[in-house]
Formats: sequence, structure tokens, C-alpha cells
Amino acid sequence: MQIVRVILPFHLQTLAGCQREVGISVEAPITAGRVIDAIEHRYPTLRGAIRDFHSQKRRPLVRFFADGEDLSHQPLDAPLPEAVAAGREPFLVVGAIAGG
Amino acid sequence: MSAVRVLVGTRKGAFIITSDGKRQKWEVSGPHFGGWEIYHMKGSPVDPNRIYASQSSSWFGQIIQRSDDGGKTWSQPGTPAGEVTTTPDGIPKAESNKFVYETTGASGQPLMTHQMHDGTQQPWAFKRIWHLEPSLTDVDLVYAGAEDAAFFYSTDGAKNWKEKPGLRDADGPKWMPGAGGLGLHTIVLDKNNPKRIFIAISAAGAFRTEDGGDTWKPINRGLKSNYMPDETAEVGHCVHRIAMHPSRPNTLFMQKHWDVMRTDDAGDNWREVSGNLPSDFGFPIDVHAHEPETIYVVPITSDSLHYPPEGKLRVYRSKTGGGEWEALTSGLPQKDCYVNVLRDAMAVDTLDDCGIYFGTTGGQVYCSPDGGNNWHAIARDLPAVCSVEVQTLR
Repeated sequence: MQIVRVILPFHLQTLAGCQREVGISVEAPITAGRVIDAIEHRYPTLRGAIRDFHSQKRRPLVRFFADGEDLSHQPLDAPLPEAVAAGREPFLVVGAIAGG
Repeated sequence: MSAVRVLVGTRKGAFIITSDGKRQKWEVSGPHFGGWEIYHMKGSPVDPNRIYASQSSSWFGQIIQRSDDGGKTWSQPGTPAGEVTTTPDGIPKAESNKFVYETTGASGQPLMTHQMHDGTQQPWAFKRIWHLEPSLTDVDLVYAGAEDAAFFYSTDGAKNWKEKPGLRDADGPKWMPGAGGLGLHTIVLDKNNPKRIFIAISAAGAFRTEDGGDTWKPINRGLKSNYMPDETAEVGHCVHRIAMHPSRPNTLFMQKHWDVMRTDDAGDNWREVSGNLPSDFGFPIDVHAHEPETIYVVPITSDSLHYPPEGKLRVYRSKTGGGEWEALTSGLPQKDCYVNVLRDAMAVDTLDDCGIYFGTTGGQVYCSPDGGNNWHAIARDLPAVCSVEVQTLR
């Protein structure tokens, strides 16, 4: 298991009752899908809030970034950057900017 | 000592406003769930400390919240903190935020699509819960109206939800979203017959079940909607709200997109009772707690102009069950007022002198403690109000 740093947006912090950044244990290989699985396991109220309950796809107004890259459109089972897997860089879950 | 608790859902959180039975001094608590849209909150008639809330966000989806202490603390009932969420076999134990559409109706026919604004067909997709209606007799039974329109229920205090798909058997492919979406926004229960439920959908119409939700019948005869190719079609009407007095379950009052309507045979036949209203367009309608023929609406200028006629915020009251209406203005702004009052944003308490309440898209919540004769603001500067419910506490 490796510790992945995850940064959650404000509304998901309040919903889960957690800090902005959380350390999540994830089994290798480290992928976005596995990171979200682990987040949902620790904070079950976030099930459906990041990925759609039914399709298990990223919700349309949620974006993923890490190590300066936009990973929103990468497959959820694609490996995350090595810096994220090693805990040097966080995995960012971001609410898309949409309106004022 | 009696008291009232007003549950206010807004675009940016929930507020709970309380007063003693005099209803003159008010205390505001909130925002609860700040920043989230609260489409609706409602308390259980069985246990007023049990309150259900629909919390949603275009970004992060649907959350169902529950309070068991009158709104002081809240939790998501299906996902208790610190508990393992799956059985040893890996099966989710409870998912209070999960609303799954059935794929076949009660008839066994597949439920594939509904109509879109342009007439094309679109697959059903869950978006949010518009309305929560707790059972009149069972604290853990609660009904939910969804967008896309579907009727859900929970028998375990909102921990798990299941659809009654027979509703969408009632010509579902012909239903089409109203401007606010294809929402099931109204659920009316009959205290004399727990198997009978009325619901309304924009824009599909009104429907009735006599078997607890397994099968449904459209009840739209008498409605006329000139925005439809067939003005008197069985489904497709944009019903905005239905209200009933508990003592007369066969009499329903309806605020339609245009027209205020009435039925005395449980929806089999409707007749127009708009009478002398300055506009018969509007959203909410409600019934006095102790006078079954006294009803209230808030006329709005038109479907294009969602604000009161002449910039005057007037509640209209009919003491004759419709037809003859009087304007109630004392305490309400009578110039330069351009707010709207949404369909779920009016309610009545059951104190001896019935209190009437409504909230506006301008963030005001008004109360009349004397059946509509005089009004005062119990909150003035909230976010846009989506819904208002009142609990009478004795």
C-alpha cells in the first residue's frame, strides 16, 4: 500500500467532514480509479459525488489534475504520474469553473 | 405551549426559522449545508424531530440528509461515519444517495426514454430529488419525487431507495421537461387511504395511484394547454402544484402553468376556478388548515414574465373554493417587487388561527399568522427560496 495525497474541493470536504488534503492508502498500481475507490471507502458519503453512481464515470463538472497535468479525460485505470504515486505531488479533485 | 418550525430550502443552503405560537418573534438557524441547493425539506407527521432534506449540486450530485433532533444535527442515513459500508460479501449495505431507475415497468414493458423539448426521445437519467414526502403513519417510510420524473420510496428512513416504475408506464415516452426540468415535484397523501397517492409532474400532468404506487392513472381530464398539439391530451400538461385539505380527499386544487383548477372526484374531472384573478399563471397553491374551501395562490404575470403583475406582491385568497378571489396585500410590497414564488415555497401551519407562509426568489420568507389578512417578513435576505414547509409543534 502507498499513501497518495488527495486534495478535495470545499463542498466535498464539508460533506465528508475532512481536511482539504487527505492521505489515502492505495494499492499499486496507482490509478485515478483506485484512488477514488479508496476515497469512497473511507468517506462513503462521497460515493456518487465524484463518479456517477450508475456509469462510474467522472461527473461532468468534476475535473482531475496532478503534477501539472489535466487527467480528467484519461481512463480511470491509467497509471497516475510517478510523483503522485510516490506522494511527492497531490492528486487534485476539482469542481469545474462554471458560472459565477 | 405551541410553536412553529419553518423549514426553508434555498439555492445556497437550508434555514430553520422558529417562533412560539404567537408567530411574531423569529429565530433563524443556518445555513445548513451552506453552498448546496436544498430543493426541499420536510418533517415527519409521526415524529416532528425526524426531518428529511434533499441536498444537491450540479457538480457533486444528490445527497439525502436526515435529522432526528428537529434539525440540530444531520447525517446521511445510508452512510454512517465510521461504519463499514459493505457486507462481508462486498455488497453495499445502504446507499441513501443512490436512486436507480428500473428498466421495466409494472406492465413488463421496457422503460426506455421520455420526450425532450424538440420532440426527440432521450433515455431516463437521474438528476436530483425535487420533493420528499414523509408518510403520515410510518416514520421510516418516505416518498421522493425525482428529476427525470420518477417516484421513489424508502422504508428504512431514507437509507435505501427503490423506484415504483409503474408510474412511468403511464405514457412516459410522451412526457417532456418543463422549463425547470422533468421534475416530479408534488406528492399528496390521503390520510384516509394510505394506498391512494396523487403526484404531479412538469410537463406530464397529474397522476393517481390506488395501490400504493404500483400502478398509476393520468388524471388530467378537463385540463387544457394551448402549448400542446392536442390541447386536451391525456398527458403532457404542465401542472405546477396540487393541494388537498385532509378532510376532503376527493377535492384537489391545482395551479397549472396557466389556469387554477379544481376537482371534486379525485382528479377524474377538473374545472377551471381562475375567476377574477389578475393572472392565472403561478406556481404554488395551498389550502387553509381549518377551512377546506379557503385556498391561496400567488399570481405571476405570465410564463414569460416570472414576477407579480404591476410589481405588487399579492397573495390571492378564495373562500369559495375558487372562482371569487380577494387580494391580500397588508405587509407585502406593493411597488417595484419583481420576485417569484416557486411551487414548493408555500405552506400552512395548523394553529387555531391558521398561519400562511411563503418564500420568494428574492430571499424573503413571509408569514401571515391570521389566515392571510396581515403579513410580515420572518427573513428578508436569504438566498433564493426553493421550498417552505411548516411544522406545528405542540
